[in-house]
Amino acid sequence: MRHLSLGVGLLLTGLLVAAALVSFFWTPHPADAIGIARRLRPPSAEHWLGTDQLGRDVLSMIMVGARNSIAVGAVAVGLGMAVGVPLGLLAAARRGWIDEGLSRFADLVFAFPAILSAFLVTALLGPGAINAILAIGVFNVAVFARVARGAAIQVWGRPFVRAALALGRGPVSVTLVHVLPNVSAVLIVQATVAFAVAILAEAALSYLGLGIQPPAPSWGKMLHEAQTFMPMRPTLAIFPGAAIALAVLGLNLLGDGLRDALDPRLRPSRGAG
Amino acid sequence: MLSFLARRLVAAAATLAAATVVVFVVLEVMPGDPALLMLGTEARPDTLAALREQMGLDRPAPVRYLAWVSGLLTGDLGRSMTYGVPVAELVADRLAITVPLAGLAILASTALALPLGLYAASRRGRPGDFGVMAFSQLGVAVPNFWLGILLVLVFSIGLGWLPAGGFPGWQAGIGPALAALVLPAVSLALTEAAILARVARSAVLETLGEDYVRTARAKGLSNRAVLWGHVLRNALIPIVTLVGLQFAFLMAGTVVIENVFYLPGLGRLLFQAITQRDLIVVKDVTILLAAMVVLVSFAVDLLYAVIDPRPKAGS
Amino acid sequence: MRKLGLLAVAMVAAGTATGFAGAAHAQQRDTLALGLGLEPPHLDPTAGAAAAIDEVTYRNVFEGLTRIDEKGSVQPGLAESWEVSPDGLTYTFRLRDGVTFHDGTTFDSADVKFAYDRARGPDSVNAQKGYFAAIDTIETPDPRTVVVRLSRPDGLFLFNMGSGDASIVAPESAAGNGQNPVGTGPFRFGRWVPGDRVVLTANPDYREPGLPHLREVTFRFIADPAAQLNAVRSGDLDAFPIFGATESVALLEGDPQFQVVAGTTEGETILAFNHSRPPFDDVRVRRAIAHAIDRQEVVDGAMFGYGTPIGSHFAPHREGYVDLTGTYPPDLDAAKALLREAGVPDGFKTTIKLPPPPYARRSGEIIAAQLARVGIEAELIPVEWAQWLEQVFRGGNDFDMTIVAHVEPLDLDIYNRPDYYFNYHGDRYAEVMAELERTVDPAARNELYGQAQRILAEDAASGFLFQLPKVGVRRAGIEGMWDNAPVPANDMTEVRWTE
Repeated sequence: MRHLSLGVGLLLTGLLVAAALVSFFWTPHPADAIGIARRLRPPSAEHWLGTDQLGRDVLSMIMVGARNSIAVGAVAVGLGMAVGVPLGLLAAARRGWIDEGLSRFADLVFAFPAILSAFLVTALLGPGAINAILAIGVFNVAVFARVARGAAIQVWGRPFVRAALALGRGPVSVTLVHVLPNVSAVLIVQATVAFAVAILAEAALSYLGLGIQPPAPSWGKMLHEAQTFMPMRPTLAIFPGAAIALAVLGLNLLGDGLRDALDPRLRPSRGAG
Repeated sequence: MLSFLARRLVAAAATLAAATVVVFVVLEVMPGDPALLMLGTEARPDTLAALREQMGLDRPAPVRYLAWVSGLLTGDLGRSMTYGVPVAELVADRLAITVPLAGLAILASTALALPLGLYAASRRGRPGDFGVMAFSQLGVAVPNFWLGILLVLVFSIGLGWLPAGGFPGWQAGIGPALAALVLPAVSLALTEAAILARVARSAVLETLGEDYVRTARAKGLSNRAVLWGHVLRNALIPIVTLVGLQFAFLMAGTVVIENVFYLPGLGRLLFQAITQRDLIVVKDVTILLAAMVVLVSFAVDLLYAVIDPRPKAGS
Repeated sequence: MRKLGLLAVAMVAAGTATGFAGAAHAQQRDTLALGLGLEPPHLDPTAGAAAAIDEVTYRNVFEGLTRIDEKGSVQPGLAESWEVSPDGLTYTFRLRDGVTFHDGTTFDSADVKFAYDRARGPDSVNAQKGYFAAIDTIETPDPRTVVVRLSRPDGLFLFNMGSGDASIVAPESAAGNGQNPVGTGPFRFGRWVPGDRVVLTANPDYREPGLPHLREVTFRFIADPAAQLNAVRSGDLDAFPIFGATESVALLEGDPQFQVVAGTTEGETILAFNHSRPPFDDVRVRRAIAHAIDRQEVVDGAMFGYGTPIGSHFAPHREGYVDLTGTYPPDLDAAKALLREAGVPDGFKTTIKLPPPPYARRSGEIIAAQLARVGIEAELIPVEWAQWLEQVFRGGNDFDMTIVAHVEPLDLDIYNRPDYYFNYHGDRYAEVMAELERTVDPAARNELYGQAQRILAEDAASGFLFQLPKVGVRRAGIEGMWDNAPVPANDMTEVRWTE
């Protein structure tokens, strides 16, 4: 089962990344080519997944949408790690008021259900991909800070760290040489999970019209449009949702597989909400 | 233990206080003038000024902040700037949909997840366990709004069994009102059930490994008695914790589903208030939701402290 | 020249939270359930610009001295007749007898004076305070006579006094009209379930015997197009006068249970340029854009075939209209040549700010794709009305292009306003406008309207797209509803079921 998770996870994630990469060079049709005459077509040899209400090719849009999902996920997770991990490590190394401050910050972030902060951020800055990334990223900063801190504190209690300290090594060097390598496994696992959460969050925000804006295709946005045209062309509502589910499933399985492979004792926290 | 609780209480209050500042500042710098929105393109400067004064927007920010917070503390949520009715009334109307919706979802999710979790734990490593875990993976991956759309496709458009959306109001009778909540509740329940089933499974597995369970078995108690009498009771702690948090998050998290099914719930009220720059409603609803999360977290801490008096490191 | 109330119809299709309830009214033939896309923020037409306020209350609850009928002409309202002095400065209104407000208080000339003074006073929050700007004095020689003296002639005074903003309200109830509107109309306010519905009930004391026909009218607020369709098909609603689900009208058209009515509005939908920003100050660039736009594709794609393409800023159903849609026909080569001439052979990057209604968001997507064909890369920026008002309409004109429907009738003068948001100016145009001000003869006015339309079209002052349609659906057997929307209103006075 362990290998199955890893295998299926790698396969699905690979498919996602491949679709995104290929879309840079080739899509069956240009993803933004509208053609009113050919709108709302069912799947056919020419349009494998049919066309949408403006006559755009659904498969091409899903491929380009994969690119957008990955971009949002990568930046949101990258942002969360880049800011959150150093904060968490710092809090673990210094404890005291820094640690307390970080905890209060995390409490504050988690007090607002993620969707609520996303609303506020997009109301403040306007809807759009970058603001959606920011909204998800702020949440991730708190998640990664908390995870990094928790894991690092455990490492700080381990004998070899105390030995290193006794040998006169400073906290910075201990953090870099001993702590970071020992928390990296849990961070990698958390990153895959956070990636999946970010893809879901982006889809939900775009579904509400707050995320990626047209004409750039987005899976969530496609679902929103599809809802109006569902009585006429039900397939429009099926394919983008399946794309989201498969991408998230792949990343989650990959995360589980990696956790088992890297360290069977680790359990990632899924983050609140 | 008391000092631990006192510290948590102070922390919770501090979080809430900080939240009021964040919300206020965010709304303060948010673009969009409620008075201009109300009066439109032909508004004259003097009419705009008159309306701003009527809305109380002409007072300095710190004064408005203090008035708002002291109102919150005395239970006065103020009046909606667009509707002109007390916010408490508006919120109560919307809660009449969101609370039953979240409640139904939690009920459905728990009813599905607990047996699945127990079953998986009892079949650890066997095909049954594998099946439950696969279901759980799928459930987490399927976005709830997509599930909602698919359910509408099948049960409303295809079979015509249940309404595709909207809410007839409780005055239309329990039957129609509940019928309108079935599909949204199921859409919400799947993801929550997937997570809960997983937690239930591992909680049971962990408890099964504890000494007193082995003792009970050694005393010759039947598997079933052990499971129901000892294991479940102890495994319930993480489960109840999760269910409580899920409920708190669903209060805000229903917004996407409320959009799929056009339910006039709390999330849509917030959405609408942001669009209409009904700043008082936005502030109040945001803080109410945040307060709920903070209170539930505090209650969880309390629960842990009562059940397990050892202080939790790093909470 | 009328001023512009841009939001009136334009806001109709914006998003807000609603739901729909399912009390079936179809069997009882003296009630009617009507759908609106937007919920009114409150119900006082004298204190807000939202079209939804008038769509519920206009003539149903509140009346003015005059009223506007379906064709857009002025009819007697609470004034049964009036006289205008030869110099156009003194209006003497004769009020109807025996009119009472819904709370039982009598209507007389003092109420008129109160209502108008309130609307033009220093504390006024009237969205159209400008309508009252010309009033100098208001006298009430007796309870049934009102004499209004103007400081300058105002050709639209009688029309404006028929708008919802000039509704007559009573001093006893004016302050509470937002939540509990008290007027003189054929319907009384029943109840309001925020987020869901407003119910009006017949006024038994209405002055005209036999009216209204209906006992109860329910206005339900449903923003989402898909939900609107569901509510109409399931019979929850009897009519949706401005139906948002244009894409689904085909599903209803073939069904004998429904009537689909495509009426007109005064809404010229345009792609407005910010003339103060390069490259939109260059007429060659604007013409290139005009050549790049295929209006029929926009109408088909965004409006599903409803809506008449326009070539200038003038409603096709009005006298004096000139068809100028052929001025810059879709022609990519011509567009590219013009861009080369203008020194931007490879196109340029720009933005289009889009307010919430589907007509704007959908047109924006199609126009962005059309502009891309000539190398113009237009980023779409969706904005809420609050932001649109602040960023585009006021405050610094922070936009390149925007799509919006201008819904006031005969609003050609907006291209001549110095501080108007698109910052357009043309000397010849200003002359035509000045001449129009001085001209009374209808034929001569129409000639001038034609000239003005041609100047705007040739100058490609805006990207002229289409006349916003009013696509309404209603059950078969409903009679007496407006097809067109000269002003935002759902006058239910004479509506009835015929079967």
